[in-house]
Amino acid sequence: MMRASIVRDPIDVGSLTREAASDSCGATAVFLGTVRSTNEGREVDGIEYSAYEEMAEREMTAILGEASAKFVIRNGIVEHRIGVLAVGDVSIAVVVAHPHRHHAMDALRYIIDQTKARATIWKLEHYTDGSRAWVGAGSGKSQ
Amino acid sequence: MTVTVRLFASYAESLGKSELSLEVGNGATVADVVKAVAALPGADRLPPSPLVAVNCSYATAKTGLNDGDEVAFIPPVAGG
Repeated sequence: MMRASIVRDPIDVGSLTREAASDSCGATAVFLGTVRSTNEGREVDGIEYSAYEEMAEREMTAILGEASAKFVIRNGIVEHRIGVLAVGDVSIAVVVAHPHRHHAMDALRYIIDQTKARATIWKLEHYTDGSRAWVGAGSGKSQ
Repeated sequence: MTVTVRLFASYAESLGKSELSLEVGNGATVADVVKAVAALPGADRLPPSPLVAVNCSYATAKTGLNDGDEVAFIPPVAGG
């Protein structure tokens, strides 16, 4: 079972873990990305996430397919939340189940690294001084 | 023919809109749409060769377009 979703409500990590776990898998690996309180020396109040949802879900589904082929994972779930998140909120959860831990953890790293590099999702950081800035803007790749 | 242009994040902010319809000639390519968008107010803050997707797949400047295609301008991604 592979599933990738953009969501607006808080991510229920316990529910995702139960969904991915399997009696045939001895390892269920979980990665959580959370909003941190500082970035490049600036005090962060929260992050506003937005997405090109159809393409982001398509890209994350493709990444799960690649991870399945490379690491033979049984189950994989990616949920990325969009909207305004506060410091400490979970922005992304990746859950992978595999019979053995090494492949589960390798797959987990592959999925989060590829998702950050490829999924069409953007962050507008809100700072405690009231200012805002797009993360990564101005340093983008060209065709 | 008509294509739908979608703009996101900093690009949408720069142009003050997230979607627009564009009339292009038959045989138009992504490069033609990039050129048309570059002429809009606020587009000076977009890179000269932005990353573009057609119907949710990354495309190149030479990618050909069909009537009804969705052409998305993709700013540097920053998920996670």
